[in-house]
Amino acid sequence: MFSKEIDLVETVIRPRSGWQLFDIKAIWEYRELFYIFAWRDLKVRYRQTLLGILWVILQPLTSMTIFTVLFGRYAKIPSGDLPYALFVLIGLVFWNFFSNAVTSANESLLAHENIIKKVYFPKVILPLAAVVTSFVDFCINTLLIIAFSFILGYPPHWQFVIVFPLCVLITCATVSGLGLFLSSMNVKYRDVRYLIPHFIQILFFFTPVIYPLSIVSSVNRFILALNPLSTVIELLRTAFTGGNFPFIHLLFVSGISTLLVCILGVWHFARTERFFADIL
Amino acid sequence: MDEQPAIEVVKVSKKYRYGSQQPYYSLRDTMMGVIRHPLTVLRRHRHRADGLADDEFWALKNVTFTVKQGEIVGIIGRNGAGKSTLLKLISRITYPTSGEIHLRGRVASLLEVGTGFHPELTGRENIYLNAAILGMRRGEIKRKMSKIIEFAEIEKFIDTPVKFYSSGMYTRLAFSVSAHLESEILIIDEVLSVGDVAFQKKCLDKIGKIGSSGRTVLFVSHSVQTVANLSERVLLFSEGRLVEDGASSEIIRKYLGSKQHLMAIKNWTDVRRAPGNEVVRLKKVSVKDKNGQTASKFNVSEPVNIEILYDVLRKDAKLVPAVQFINELGTVIFASNDTEVKWNRYRRSAGTYISSVTIPENIFGEGDYSVRVVIATYMPYQKHINEYDVVAFHMNDAGGPGTSRGDYLGTILGFIRPYLKWQTKASK
Repeated sequence: MFSKEIDLVETVIRPRSGWQLFDIKAIWEYRELFYIFAWRDLKVRYRQTLLGILWVILQPLTSMTIFTVLFGRYAKIPSGDLPYALFVLIGLVFWNFFSNAVTSANESLLAHENIIKKVYFPKVILPLAAVVTSFVDFCINTLLIIAFSFILGYPPHWQFVIVFPLCVLITCATVSGLGLFLSSMNVKYRDVRYLIPHFIQILFFFTPVIYPLSIVSSVNRFILALNPLSTVIELLRTAFTGGNFPFIHLLFVSGISTLLVCILGVWHFARTERFFADIL
Repeated sequence: MDEQPAIEVVKVSKKYRYGSQQPYYSLRDTMMGVIRHPLTVLRRHRHRADGLADDEFWALKNVTFTVKQGEIVGIIGRNGAGKSTLLKLISRITYPTSGEIHLRGRVASLLEVGTGFHPELTGRENIYLNAAILGMRRGEIKRKMSKIIEFAEIEKFIDTPVKFYSSGMYTRLAFSVSAHLESEILIIDEVLSVGDVAFQKKCLDKIGKIGSSGRTVLFVSHSVQTVANLSERVLLFSEGRLVEDGASSEIIRKYLGSKQHLMAIKNWTDVRRAPGNEVVRLKKVSVKDKNGQTASKFNVSEPVNIEILYDVLRKDAKLVPAVQFINELGTVIFASNDTEVKWNRYRRSAGTYISSVTIPENIFGEGDYSVRVVIATYMPYQKHINEYDVVAFHMNDAGGPGTSRGDYLGTILGFIRPYLKWQTKASK
């Protein structure tokens, strides 16, 4: 029995115009569902804790070994004041977070088609929960970087405490914005998901993961910095060498780029969200 | 007391494109389209006088009604009448094209049982997941956990991943979560047709209790019997419009009367509106007599043949056609699946197929029967086609030798009418 005294929440459902942005109140109300989606993915992945962690660190470790032998030893790509192995591991860990988060955020809406068509909730929590899941992997891999840096005798300098949170912030904002944009595109245009792997693969070579920013011309540096990840990776490397970051102006380019990606993602997602259930 | 209605639907309309599932676009086609015909992009938005583009239709048109707090209202209507669209709008899954809906109170909608269940998670974990999806708070879930488990009758397996559950256990668990939703307004779509009969009854009782506790319930059911049992008021929809609103008994009588317009043959000329999806679509369903002629009237001593013509659009699909026979009261008399392993276990090539089944004489009693057609894939189970009231036929019982009636002229009770051999001998 419920008493008639209580105030009943009134919901009004109206046609939604395409220019309405997110209903922040609704997202806050559904925060528990957001945790639960992230929790579910983690639970499934880390069901066997040790094996789960091993699986996560195996990916950057194997790539690091291959790249160190190929590019560090044979191609002799310069790696500044860092040993090539640590140099490339930093790049790879950020790169993997970027590519995993963007890929899984992109797939998140289609993967939950069934739920979207049967239950109301703010859809934006799906790509964001996918980013959080990838972020947990990233945290484990960050510990790997730190452990590895001590082993090689290049422990992080004091700058790390400032630089690392900044790098994480920029990366998270970029992948969230990109994830929102691509996932909402993907609902409407089903061939987008076939383009994503190509896009990511090409972007890999336009990001200083296996090479330093210093080997490209200053004009090209600007172009590379349009991908905020380029600046982030280079910036974090300096936290291990202890030197000054030589490309501080690029940080502005990347900052603006991050902001634009976020705006684009939020705008496109909010604009298309209202008819997801109709076209899924 | 001057109480505001729990649900207020004001002049609501919803427009859809043809096709049960909207065809999605491809970026490549759209870009090519823009390059080839730059003006079509603009033309698409130009509407005719009825507000529709060529490929659109009204799933709901100008629907207005209110539901008082504590009322239990049933919704009935044929396929495509707009029932499910209405529930989707009230559940906020999709938005109306025009009009407004006011809801007073927390809304929980149950358009499917077990939404979001994950096979790798245990029963207990899935309760958390599913309950959160349905809008329950963590505290509420914790408080109700033991009740949910008890209701589902799966105490022993609650910490086993649900992928090891039988389909009965799965359904019971899923329904149990839904049955414990605590909201002022509950929206239910055809979910009572799941599970075994005993469990179904338990669920119906539970919903009856929800109603008597002062909460508002709005539900769709294909079983007219269920609607009659649970609700005093019924809304009848037809072709997107609300056509009747009133006492259940009266509306149900009208509805059942209107069902007699169903034919012995149903043809879909417009592929886009034919039931089905991208895997398979229905073309024609017909009721035939023993000579292969379409027939709508039979004697109980004659066999009935149901023939289903369908297009398989995606190659390599494994498909199992099935039919159900439903009487005037909405009760399923029996169901039959294609068990021919030569067909249902193997992948098919794309093309048109005919599946037919013959129901031998002396099974049906007299009355009207409608046929539900399902075409599904097993493992994982997916219904591609699930169409109620596709075709219908009438059974007459003239009696005479070789029938259950024999020489009797009065009313014979029972759903089926088998012709059984009796033996009598004088006992010493």
